[in-house]
Amino acid sequence: MDFDLNEDQRLLRDSVERLVTDRYGFEQRKAFLSQPDGFSREMWKQYAELGLLGVPFAEEHGGFGGGPVETMIVMEAFGRGLVVEPYLATVILGGGLIRYAGSEAQQAEMLPKIVGGEMLVAFAHVERHSRYELHNVATKAERDGDGWVLSGDKGVVLHGDSADCLLVTARVSGGQRDRDGIGLFLVRADTPGVTRRGYPTQDGLRAAEISFDRARAETVGEPGAVLPHIERVVDEAIAAICAESIGVMTEMQTTTVDYMKTRKQFGRAIGEFQALQHRAVDMYVDLEQARSMALYATVMASSDDAVARRLAASAAKVQIGRSGRKIGQETIQLHGGIAMTAEYKIGHYFKRMTMIDILFGDADRHLAEVAAHGSVFA
Amino acid sequence: MDLNFTPEEVAFRDEVRHFFRTEIPADIRAKHLGGEHATREEMVQTQRTMNANGYAVPHWPREWGGKDWTSVQLYLYQDEMQLAGVPHPLPFNVSMVGPVIAQFGNEAQKKRFLPRAANIDDWWCQGFSEPGAGSDLASLRTTARREGDTYVVNGQKTWTTLAQHADWLFCLVRTDMAAKKQEGISFILIDMKTKGITVRPIRTIDGGAEVNEVFLDEVVVPAENLVGQENKGWDYAKFLLGNERTGIARVGVSKARLARIRELASLERMGDIPLIEDRAFREKLAGVEIELKALEMTQLRVVAAERGQASGKPNPASSILKLKGSVLQQATNELLMEVVGPYAMPYVPEDDREGSNEPPIGPDYAAEAAPEYFNWRKISIYGGSNEIQRNIVAKAILGF
Ligand SMILES: Cc1cc2nc3c(=O)[nH]c(=O)nc-3n(C[C@H](O)[C@H](O)[C@H](O)COP(=O)(O)OP(=O)(O)OC[C@H]3O[C@@H](n4cnc5c(N)ncnc54)[C@H](O)[C@@H]3O)c2cc1C
Repeated sequence: MDFDLNEDQRLLRDSVERLVTDRYGFEQRKAFLSQPDGFSREMWKQYAELGLLGVPFAEEHGGFGGGPVETMIVMEAFGRGLVVEPYLATVILGGGLIRYAGSEAQQAEMLPKIVGGEMLVAFAHVERHSRYELHNVATKAERDGDGWVLSGDKGVVLHGDSADCLLVTARVSGGQRDRDGIGLFLVRADTPGVTRRGYPTQDGLRAAEISFDRARAETVGEPGAVLPHIERVVDEAIAAICAESIGVMTEMQTTTVDYMKTRKQFGRAIGEFQALQHRAVDMYVDLEQARSMALYATVMASSDDAVARRLAASAAKVQIGRSGRKIGQETIQLHGGIAMTAEYKIGHYFKRMTMIDILFGDADRHLAEVAAHGSVFA
Repeated sequence: MDLNFTPEEVAFRDEVRHFFRTEIPADIRAKHLGGEHATREEMVQTQRTMNANGYAVPHWPREWGGKDWTSVQLYLYQDEMQLAGVPHPLPFNVSMVGPVIAQFGNEAQKKRFLPRAANIDDWWCQGFSEPGAGSDLASLRTTARREGDTYVVNGQKTWTTLAQHADWLFCLVRTDMAAKKQEGISFILIDMKTKGITVRPIRTIDGGAEVNEVFLDEVVVPAENLVGQENKGWDYAKFLLGNERTGIARVGVSKARLARIRELASLERMGDIPLIEDRAFREKLAGVEIELKALEMTQLRVVAAERGQASGKPNPASSILKLKGSVLQQATNELLMEVVGPYAMPYVPEDDREGSNEPPIGPDYAAEAAPEYFNWRKISIYGGSNEIQRNIVAKAILGF
């Protein structure tokens, strides 16, 4: 039993935390959000220089050779700073899919570019009626000569507007909800037949609606049998956003306590009211429970037992969703009116937390998954 | 024991229902039910229509447009208004400053202000809170010093809702610096056009701009704009805050939203079935409905107890209504956002949501879901936060 970071991991943590502290103040973040892509290309370059974009990739592709723990370290620090760059979209999802499902040639071509900060990738899987089901796919892939063409609509594609390459789920056979018959396809964003409509999300990040009209694509992995890889990457992504949410929640929890110690009403700090102290304690308990489950999902993310891995990811997503909602609502309530303003940082954490709950399925959805499997103790 | 309304009450309900559903334009009501904020014009139009028919200020004294309705009638009127999605007459006018002027103002003030407030010829805003005076309102520091037949006001108000539209500000100011906190406060009416007033919008987390900071710098106010007696403003403020009683639970708003949730959940798909057929979802929805039913019954108990009583003293039970009512409204906001699912994520600025030529992103009901959830966190903060309501119940009901 060992919950400690090793020497390299501590160094990594110190360097990301320093970067976030130095370069990601509230005002700096605001300036990043107002850039044309909705994030900072400059920061992206910095991440590349620090090796952060290579954390999960093998050394042969220019990576750091890290695992889920290293990803967790980066994501938690990013959560504390509410980092808006497309790390989840490009490194965790895009890079992850290529790493697990891509051919050697695709890996050799794309991973070094991702690591070097020269390529942005987005994962297009949501459809209008798919809700949170990865295997609910109506977008069609058809053979066309020696290649493939895609037709259909994808929605809420994280950072889909700025991505150079899109990884798209599409059906090669079967009905809309069959687990078999799903393929993963690589489409350059400037391919004829691809139309993108980008927009901000509630938390200030970016997403896009993307439609494909016989857009030329190449396969990633074996068409029809790629779902297990996709699910694995999404489990890792869930572990990653759980870690991010720990950073988000920690910031909400500590900021609330600090505020309660300084805000005076009725001639004393509001933190002196015991009723409020207990509420702050409950936030802290919720945070620690969430942290524990984020660690659990992280450790389990590298398991080859797909069922155990999925179960851990779902269980963590439930805990994070619940703790996050509670802590988010309490941070607003205990701050009072000030927390409702866009000029104060805490509401932005609240909104990011709310969106993390929705990403890859909310707490209810994952609760149903866990319940369907039996027991987390089995 | 009888849960039925009397035949007269049923007839009354049908009459107000008919009024709201025929006289208030369907598009305004549909928008409002969908979570969009009514525009200034829509609010003015709605309130004028109501006023022309005697429905804007039924709870005021008869000579100023009141109807002498029973508490049950007032309840039915509110409930029907909310179920029909009618934007409430401006609370600052009809629930706050109007009753204070009617009760404590002089004849000249009543004549001058009440008819215009009822008809929303003047738009009022509420200048109580300050940066340092929130829950502890009595610690407010904005001052008014007497100079001849004027007061000169200096200070800062904040969170002033819809001050950007306002013609008048009713304001708590300190007129006696030496007196104990509550005893040196006066209630004064300030024309927003007066020199020295600056309104600065505050953006809220949902992207809206409904609250403001109001700066008052050497603002000269005629002494005749003082309401009641100098240094007695705290009593009037307490009267005002305790006034909004039965409506505060907004059970009708939550009922209407639950109906909407059912409707949207039948459009959203969950695998092979509509979401509304998913067992876990139905149970969750039922759980919220049960709590709301309990609150409706609690509210009816308060209403029935008040029937035939002259209104006046604030009822501590209204704290229960505020506590539970606010939490249940927030619960319905959460549920609605959950129904929408991934399409709750796109952010569409408020200005782009209506009258835009762009097609909506995802379903046309999605854009408001998350902003409404964010926005309505306010309801457990303002009007006396839920913690303050608990303090009231602990003291006034439980005797601690
Ligand atoms: C959207 C919005 C609109 C508003 N509109 C108006 C308006 O039009 N006009 C106006 O005058 N005001 C308005 N308000 C202000 C509102 O009334 C105040 O926000 C409210 O009184 C709380 O004050 P505060 O925000 O300063 O929080 P604080 O008073 O600083 O409270 C912070 C936290 O401490 C808790 N707390 C404080 N004292 C105690 C205690 N004794 N025991 C236990 N807990 C305590 C509070 O409940 C809260 O959780 C508005 C507020 C909002 C958010």
